[in-house]
Amino acid sequence: MLKALQNLDRRWIFLLMGLAVGVPILVIGITGRTFPETPTPLAQSVFDAVNELDAGDKVLLSFDYDPASEGELAPMATAFVRHCAQRKLKMYFMALWPVGPRMVQQNIRRVIEQDYPDLVYGEDYVDLGFKAGNEAVIKVIVTDLRQYFTTDSKGTPVEEIPMMREVRSVQDMDLLVNVSAGYPGSKEWVLYASTPFGRSASNPEGFQTVAGCTGVQAPLMYPYIPKQLAGLLGAIKGAAEYEFLVNEWVREQRIAEALVAGGMAEAEAADLATTFAKSPGAAEEWTVSGAAASMSPEAKSDLIRVADAPIPGKYLEGQRRMGPQLVAHLLMVLLIIVGNVIFFMSRKRGGAR
Amino acid sequence: MNARVLAWTVILLIATALLVWRASTGLGMAKVYVEAEEVSFVEVTVPPPPGAAADETSKTLWLPADSTEVRRYATPAQRDAAISWTELQQVPPKAYFEAQAADPNQTAIVLSWPRTIGIWIAAIFTLSIFSFLYRDNPFYRVAEAVVVGVSAGYWMVVGFWDVIIPNLLGKLMPEFVKANFLPGLNATGVEWAYLVPLVFGIMLVWRLMPKGGWISLWPLAFIVGTTAGLRMVGYIEGDFLSQVSSSVIPVINPIEAPGGGTDVMATIWASLRNVLLLAGILACLTYFFFSVEHKGGVGKIARVGIWYLMITFGAAFGFTVMGRIALLAARLEFLFNDWLWLIDPTDQRGVANAAAMVIGGV
Repeated sequence: MLKALQNLDRRWIFLLMGLAVGVPILVIGITGRTFPETPTPLAQSVFDAVNELDAGDKVLLSFDYDPASEGELAPMATAFVRHCAQRKLKMYFMALWPVGPRMVQQNIRRVIEQDYPDLVYGEDYVDLGFKAGNEAVIKVIVTDLRQYFTTDSKGTPVEEIPMMREVRSVQDMDLLVNVSAGYPGSKEWVLYASTPFGRSASNPEGFQTVAGCTGVQAPLMYPYIPKQLAGLLGAIKGAAEYEFLVNEWVREQRIAEALVAGGMAEAEAADLATTFAKSPGAAEEWTVSGAAASMSPEAKSDLIRVADAPIPGKYLEGQRRMGPQLVAHLLMVLLIIVGNVIFFMSRKRGGAR
Repeated sequence: MNARVLAWTVILLIATALLVWRASTGLGMAKVYVEAEEVSFVEVTVPPPPGAAADETSKTLWLPADSTEVRRYATPAQRDAAISWTELQQVPPKAYFEAQAADPNQTAIVLSWPRTIGIWIAAIFTLSIFSFLYRDNPFYRVAEAVVVGVSAGYWMVVGFWDVIIPNLLGKLMPEFVKANFLPGLNATGVEWAYLVPLVFGIMLVWRLMPKGGWISLWPLAFIVGTTAGLRMVGYIEGDFLSQVSSSVIPVINPIEAPGGGTDVMATIWASLRNVLLLAGILACLTYFFFSVEHKGGVGKIARVGIWYLMITFGAAFGFTVMGRIALLAARLEFLFNDWLWLIDPTDQRGVANAAAMVIGGV
């Protein structure tokens, strides 16, 4: 037995890992259930950095990743766009990676065009496209954005884009959001934009920077928190936490809107929305109580519909991928333990040293 | 035929049979549907908005035919000269099923063969790459070569259209670029300074010539020098000075309670965190300080430094594993969802349950 385990073909491990990842995907895909997420302070600070902005504030979103890391980064990019769109922020998209514009367009199509059709290109969001030059691009646009970006990705001169009229450089932004798969990415944005021009004790009016990055990069980015980086989403776990926060907040917003439409005062509606968002069944119970007597039947059914509406699958990608993570990590821990047991048993019997 | 070849032939035959069965039952699999959409643009002269600066003049722009500006300012002749084309928009399969249920002869939403073949190619390439886990093989090599070749080609084309055309040729030959490539370009005049990057670019490509390859070393030296200079400033400010500043922290870190006074537990944790951070920095620095032999007290501190480093590497390894599993999960999700239609997490097919998707009619 020990000998067989010592000489186990590594391809059996690959097969086990494939099953550990594949089976949970099928189970989650069929049942539609995801694991609950408890946001860490880092994900919370990313959420707060976006949420504390006022409608109309400017956000630069640099999507510096490609399809190779899409599985890890696309969920957080989607959550960022949804959060900004729901918050009615002005979004300036750009990319330092050649394939980045495809990721930008994908998010514009999936989130803005499908769920926020009221947003107008050029007034609420603009796609500035890709520019080559790595950190040199950042170095230039922090003082003069138009030197590099003379047109948007469609070839329209930036002077003719309404939302570009009040923007001269990155310093005119209120928040910088970077989703990064490597070089150039989060580190370069921190070194060349956030550190010299971002918000600090000596520059309280400067922009804040938040980032989402791959697991490989995350440990290198932690030292920049909180002074040079307001928050960080590390890999798929960070994405799932942020996604959870955004989904809860959007549900809360929509419930509050339904309550206000039903004739309730805004402050009271906000309080109730928080309760209903946490336990959706509570909204239905409330509508049959005396407190909802003044509400019309249409407004009540609208409230129940909003409170119980399932979250669209495209906004649950990160949370869905935490299921395979859990099982694969359990397998990994088990394999490490088994490997160590085999090693020490072999050594005891005079084998490996 | 030896036993191994026989085993693999049987496995492949079973896999093919399962695939054929899957494709012919329920809703089928791996199909992409599109809807045709007419797009029309009109060239219209838009006057400056009310209250605009005196020097602002009318602009001639190409705008969508249904835009407010076109409705307001376009002349009949301009409307007649509109440019129109058909765009194929991808729609979820459920839109096709609904359209078919309403009218079986409808042609508004149709199967897109190129995009369907694209899904199949992506799936086959994904499996080809996975096949390397078993052993190196021709399928893996073909997939790898195609990925590398397509990536290189894509980078070149994007670099040409996003940088060389607008940022180099657009500066040196603005009228020509505006007339032939970028109608929206602001052709304000030739910027002769851009001759410098043009010359450097030509010198860099000179490496491909049979003689005079050394010429490329000059622009290369310029690139290396500029990058080094840029990075030195960035790293000194962002990494060195800022990190030193962030490490100068109080050992006792009092935290205020929400109701006033000091939150004792929060203060203890915050102070402990600062102490651990400072201890870690000093221990790791000691480990990398080789001018003193790592014996006695110095050796013990260096050993603590090793522990800190190992915990850091462990965290980095954990993050890397998490990242790789997420990538694997994304590929498997693509195979199960987009290719095999076994799951439908984004409600693309509008089916009540997975069984209905696979065997139909449930």
